[in-house]
Amino acid sequence: MRIANCFTKAKQENRAALGIFISAGDPDPQTSLQILLGLPDQGVDFVELGMPFSDPMADGPVIQASSLRALKAGMKLDRVIDMAKAFRDRHPETPLILMGYYNPIYIYGVDRFLARAVEAGVDGMIMVDLPPEEDEEFCVPAMKTGIEMIRLVTPTTDTERMPLVLERAGGFVYYVSITGITGTRSASEDSIKSAMERIRAVSDLPAVVGFGIRTPDQVREAARHADGVVVGSAVVGAIAGSLDADGKAGDNTILVVLQQANELAQGRYR
Amino acid sequence: MTDQSQRAQARNSYRSMPDEDGRFGIHGGRFVAETLMPLILQVEAAWKESKTDPEFQDDLAWYHKHYIGRPSALYYADRLTQHFGGAKLYMKRDELNHTGAHKINNVIGQALLARRMGKTRIIAETGAGQHGVATATACALFGMECEVFMGAEDVERQKPNVDRMRLLGAVVHPVTAGTGTLKDAMNEALRYWVANAETHFYIIGTAAGPHPYPAMVRDFQSIIGTEAKEQIMEAEGKLPDAVVACIGGGSNALGLFHPFLDDEGVEIYGVEAAGKGIATGDHAASLTGGRPGVLHGNRTYLLQDDDGQIKDAFSISAGLDYPGIGPEHAWLHETGRVNYVSATDEEALEYFQICSRLEGIIPALEPAHALAFISTMIGAMDKDQVVIMNMCGRGDKDLGAVLPMLEARGKL
Repeated sequence: MRIANCFTKAKQENRAALGIFISAGDPDPQTSLQILLGLPDQGVDFVELGMPFSDPMADGPVIQASSLRALKAGMKLDRVIDMAKAFRDRHPETPLILMGYYNPIYIYGVDRFLARAVEAGVDGMIMVDLPPEEDEEFCVPAMKTGIEMIRLVTPTTDTERMPLVLERAGGFVYYVSITGITGTRSASEDSIKSAMERIRAVSDLPAVVGFGIRTPDQVREAARHADGVVVGSAVVGAIAGSLDADGKAGDNTILVVLQQANELAQGRYR
Repeated sequence: MTDQSQRAQARNSYRSMPDEDGRFGIHGGRFVAETLMPLILQVEAAWKESKTDPEFQDDLAWYHKHYIGRPSALYYADRLTQHFGGAKLYMKRDELNHTGAHKINNVIGQALLARRMGKTRIIAETGAGQHGVATATACALFGMECEVFMGAEDVERQKPNVDRMRLLGAVVHPVTAGTGTLKDAMNEALRYWVANAETHFYIIGTAAGPHPYPAMVRDFQSIIGTEAKEQIMEAEGKLPDAVVACIGGGSNALGLFHPFLDDEGVEIYGVEAAGKGIATGDHAASLTGGRPGVLHGNRTYLLQDDDGQIKDAFSISAGLDYPGIGPEHAWLHETGRVNYVSATDEEALEYFQICSRLEGIIPALEPAHALAFISTMIGAMDKDQVVIMNMCGRGDKDLGAVLPMLEARGKL
C-alpha cells in the first residue's frame, strides 16, 4: 500500500511523486547506505535501489560504471537486502523498489530472495530483462508474496501489446521515455504527454516517466503530464563526479548527492 | 498425423526443440528488455514464414551455391589418419566457404530475412572477427549499412579481420566496457539495438541469444550436417561413428550435429576451450566449469561467481572466448546425447601446427581445439570406423597470435 499512498498524497498536493535511482553499494556500501537513508528528507517520494550486475544490458555508461564500482566494493545481493531493511527501519512510509537483472536473483534462489525482500519491507520490483513472456520465472511467485511488479512500457510497446504488458502490473506503470539505454538522451514533452494518455487508456495505476530526465526543469516538464518522475543517471553521475582520484567517496559525496536530490524535488510542483 | 501422435514422435526426437516459448528444457527463452520484445516477435514471425516460403528457400540455395561455394568438400584426411593410427578422419571443409569460415551460412540467411523485413541497417557482434567479416560481406552484397561491435582487446589480436571489415564498408566499434572481449561486444550490440530497435536488424553470430535466434542460427547452419551426411554416405556407404566440433557459442557444432542427433550409432563430441586448464579457472568451458544462469537473452550454462556475476572467459582463441554457450547445447548436455569435452590452449596450438604440416591446411585456432580432442580418442578406434570433424574456419587470421607463440616454444 505504501506505493499507492505515496501517489495519493502527491496527487492531493497537486504535484508529481519524485523517485531517485541509485545503485546499491555505489561507491561503497557505507556511503551508499547514508545516501539512501538521506533521500526521503530531501523530498524524494520513493526510491529505486539498483541491484548491481556485471552485465547491465539496458544501462548506459554512467549506470554501468556505478554497478561495477559497487561490485568492486564488495556489494552482494544479500547486502542489497540488508540496505533495504535498514531503509525500512528508518523510513516506515517511503516506498522502496528494487530494480535489476534476473541472473543474481536466479542464482540466489527466487523463493529465498522473495522471502528476504518481503521481510525487509520491499514494496515493488522492476526486472529489466523479464518481459511478460517470462512471467512464470519471477513475476507470478513475486505477486503471491504481495510484492508489486512494476512494468516497463516503452515507445516500442504498441497498443496491441500494452494489455499483455500491464496484465499483471502493480504499483505504478514505468514509462521508459526513450527507445534506448539509461542516461543517453531525453524525450520531448509532447511524446511524454501522448504516452501518458496511451497508458491511462488501459490502466488505472499511476503513470511514471523515467530514462533521460536529468534536471529540475525536466522534472517539472514531465510532472505536468505524469504522476511520477524518476531520475537515475544524473544522480549516479553526481556520485561519480564527487569521487577522489582513487575512485573512493570524497568528503562531500553524500552532501552533493542529497543536495541534488533536493533541487530535483523542487521540480515536482507543477 | 494427429496432434497427439506428432507430440509423441517429437518426444522421441532430439531434433524437435525448442518449444513454442523458445525453451530447450529449462534453457533458452526470451530474457530481454521490453524495448526489444516487440522486435524479437517480429523476427520470429518473419523467420517462421520464411521457412515455408519456396522463394526464400530458393534464394538461400542460390547464394549457397553461387556465392558461398557450397556444398563444401568432405575431405578424407589421409596423412592425419595415418598419424593417429586409428579411425578414418574426414574434415567438413567449411573453411573453404567465401570469407573463410562457417559464419557466412548463417549471415546470408539472416541478411535475406532482414531484406524480407525491409530492414537495411545491420548490427553484429564479433569475437574472432569471422562473424563481423561475414556480416560486412553480406551487407556489401545486399547494399546494407553495417555496424560491428568488437571488444577492444579482440580488435588488437584480430587486426586483419578488422581491416577486412573496414574495406568492405562496415563501421567497427571497439568496445572498451567490461573486459573488452566478445561478452562485452554482445552487451554493447544489444544496447545499441535497444536504442535503434525500430530501424536495425541484429544479426547474432552464434546459436545463442533470445528466441528465435538459437533455433534460427542452428537452422541456417544445419546445411553443414545435412551435406556431411549425404557426402559420407556416398564416400563410405554408412553413417560416421563419431562427429566432432569445437564450441564457443556453438553454431558450427550445432550445424554439424543437428542432422545426426537422432542417429543412435553416431557418437557426438563438442569440444570447449579449456584455456590454461579447467583447474586454473582461466578457461572458456561453460558446460564443464559453469552453471545455469541468464545472460544475453537466454538461460544457459554460464561462467559466473556465487553471486550470479558473470566471469570473464579465457582462451587463446578469440572465437571461443565467451562465458556462455548456446541453450540447445545446454539441453543436449543435460540429456546426455552429446558428450562435452575440452582442449587447452597448448593442445590447440600443437594441432594448429600438426594439421598445417601434415595436411597443408592451416586451421583456425577454434577447430584446432577439435583436432586436439580427436587426437585423444581416434587412435583407439578401429581402422574401419569413421570420424567427421568440422573444419569450421581457416587460420590466416590467427597467424599474428600463433607464430610468436610457436617461436617462443622453439617449434618454428
